[in-house]
Amino acid sequence: MNKAAMTPRQGKEGDPPPQADAQRDQGSKDGKDDYAVVRMYAAREQIYPREIQGRFASLRWLCVFLTQLVFYGLPWINWNGRQAVLFDLAARKFYLFGLVLWPQDFIWLAALLIICAFSLFLFTAIAGRVWCGYACPQTVYTEIFLWIERRIEGNRSARMRLDRQPWSFDKLWRKSAKHFAWASVALWTGISFVGYFSPIRDLLPEIGRFALGPWESFWIVFYAFATYGNAGWMREQVCKYMCPYARFQSAMFDRDSLVITYDDARGEPRMPVAKAARLKEGSKAGDCIDCTMCVQVCPTGIDIRQGLQYMCIGCAACVDACDSVMDKIDRPRGLIRYSTENAIEQGFSTPEIRRRLFRPRILIYTAILGTVISLFLGSLVVRTPLKLDVIRDRGSMGREVEDGIIENVYRLQVINTDERGHRYRISASGIEGLTVDPAGPIELAATQTLMVPVRVRAPHGAGESGSNKIHIELQAEDQPALHVSEKAVFLVPRR
Amino acid sequence: MADFTNGFWNLWIIVLTVLGIAGCALLLWQQSSWKVKKGDQPVAGSTTGHVWDEDLTELNNPLPRWWMWLFYLTIFFSVGYLIAYPGLGNLPGTLGWHSTSEHDADVKQAEAKYGPLFDSYLKQDLKVVAADPQAHAIGERLFLTYCAQCHGSDARGNKGFPNLTDNDWLHGGTPEIIKETILKGRHGVMPPMAAAVGSAQDVDNVANYVLSLSGSAHDPIKAELGKPKFAACAACHGAGGVGNQTIGAPNLSDKIWLYGGSIDTIKETINKGRDNTMPAFGEFLGEPKVHVLAAYVWSLSNKPSNAAAK
Repeated sequence: MNKAAMTPRQGKEGDPPPQADAQRDQGSKDGKDDYAVVRMYAAREQIYPREIQGRFASLRWLCVFLTQLVFYGLPWINWNGRQAVLFDLAARKFYLFGLVLWPQDFIWLAALLIICAFSLFLFTAIAGRVWCGYACPQTVYTEIFLWIERRIEGNRSARMRLDRQPWSFDKLWRKSAKHFAWASVALWTGISFVGYFSPIRDLLPEIGRFALGPWESFWIVFYAFATYGNAGWMREQVCKYMCPYARFQSAMFDRDSLVITYDDARGEPRMPVAKAARLKEGSKAGDCIDCTMCVQVCPTGIDIRQGLQYMCIGCAACVDACDSVMDKIDRPRGLIRYSTENAIEQGFSTPEIRRRLFRPRILIYTAILGTVISLFLGSLVVRTPLKLDVIRDRGSMGREVEDGIIENVYRLQVINTDERGHRYRISASGIEGLTVDPAGPIELAATQTLMVPVRVRAPHGAGESGSNKIHIELQAEDQPALHVSEKAVFLVPRR
Repeated sequence: MADFTNGFWNLWIIVLTVLGIAGCALLLWQQSSWKVKKGDQPVAGSTTGHVWDEDLTELNNPLPRWWMWLFYLTIFFSVGYLIAYPGLGNLPGTLGWHSTSEHDADVKQAEAKYGPLFDSYLKQDLKVVAADPQAHAIGERLFLTYCAQCHGSDARGNKGFPNLTDNDWLHGGTPEIIKETILKGRHGVMPPMAAAVGSAQDVDNVANYVLSLSGSAHDPIKAELGKPKFAACAACHGAGGVGNQTIGAPNLSDKIWLYGGSIDTIKETINKGRDNTMPAFGEFLGEPKVHVLAAYVWSLSNKPSNAAAK
């Protein structure tokens, strides 16, 4: 485990301890000045991230566009005369383009969660919190909300000024406009979210007529409120205090994981350009000019120069900021950069960092992920859109009918999960001469479920006395490859 | 319904719950800040002094204040909940919610939804209902739910439970009689007849005679000897053993047997008698459902399409 990920390096000498003033209330008024009140809960300090442009900021915006194009757009795509992606909870059918999943297919949902989990492990082991920095909804919506905030309230200093101002008409309309814009985006997000569960083309007219069901209304409001609250108000608090991933990601880290680092050796001691120029031969000047741009752009309000911290969401805004400053003062980029702890300590080059990708942790994660993905896709491809449950009649064991024929009764629960109707023949195997009555064909419309009672008969003297393993089979008449075989028990009365 | 036999436990629960919630609130309020000697207070960003795994330390940072408000919110919620819903001992809550009334409301809702459909079938003749494909599907579901346990999913019965797919009926096979059977149930009793028939030898002879009635394999000499003794049985089963549907006496002259047609089973029936009960479903299912069910059961042995033509 990487311990540095849990404990930040202490600030440089002379740095004021962060939040120190917020936590202490000095003394009390009634003269008991020997005592101080320690608050167990600290008020949130508003963070005003400065806008930054650069490679990684562009990459993040690309991710914002892509994820939102998918999230807002997907419910509007139609397929086979229905919504392409629809999780119809009431009918218990999940539509994903050509794929229709039933509750029985939940194993694939489990597989999907496993794939997501191992992808997260793999990405984290390779490049730290890339998910947080670029694709996490919290980051994405905060980015959108920050953009709105900047458009309405202005840049960092303007926002700080506005918040310090007393209430005025200007402040009032800017704040109202901001919250209105936020609420609109949040509401649309809520509607889009519910659109995955309830056909979105019906949803909008229903909203217009105020004819929404109670659950639809609840989830739209809930999801909209969550978006508004999390992206507008909570922001870095979610990452710092609520997100479980922030708490366990250090377990997937090692000293060769890419993280956003400040090159201590290169940067220290900090000093302004002019002072560095005046420095005597032989004494060292760091490249860091202590411009605090990296702190100003940080959405969680940390100082990356204090080392790796769990509050760092790996968004690389500080990298962009520092690079732009280095360009201006004509020093090489990369004072703050993606690197690994080992690379920083031992001065690895990029090829050396890359070579360290092939370490056991990465290889094992990749192997597991590859296996699960291939199994997942393979089983999806070969899955049969037909399901059969065989339920033996409990009331009757095997019974003997005319000519000593042994008869067992079963209920077949037949589920046609295909989006086309089929006719199926029923047969049984396992004992010589087994017949099924009725052998069908039974007809099932698209995505229909049918309970069919059948009698399976074994000729006189066939099978062992007691229980026999047999298989009951269904085969589509129009598509011989579409067949299922289900285990069953055939009881022969003791003679 | 009283959950407790006396008021003490009710009060006990109320006091514990209220004290618990108040205690949590008090603890939260009291612990949200504390006084320390000056110079003793921890500095934010410092560690708690707790070190493990050699160099793993814990930062001593305060929780965010909104977190505290969330705690207060849960307390506020619990108080509101206990006022609105039952939770404080036996107190019913101001909303008057109860799980039983919720269930009743669900049932009422289902009845309002499906009731008219069943009522419309109730107005139709049973044979017409039997010919309706939708009613047939509903009937089959009802049958699989309520009847299949005894009569089998295929309705062919079991030992002691009649086969409903043949044309042999104990009490009559018209749709109206089937409906009556389902509504009111049946109780079929055959008394032990050994004493009335005579010796064990006589029982054996009568059993052979019964087998001969349906042309089953039997001992002709014994059957001939048993014939006069059958008089004791004829009172119910009729002189030729053709049975009597008004009292539910089975027809012995066909090869359909309720308990099995072997000589030993027949002897057991004569010696010990039989007692058979079909429960009444009228009160439980209601007449509209029974109506659909009866039409379905009748259709099992009568093709409704033919019946409509008759």
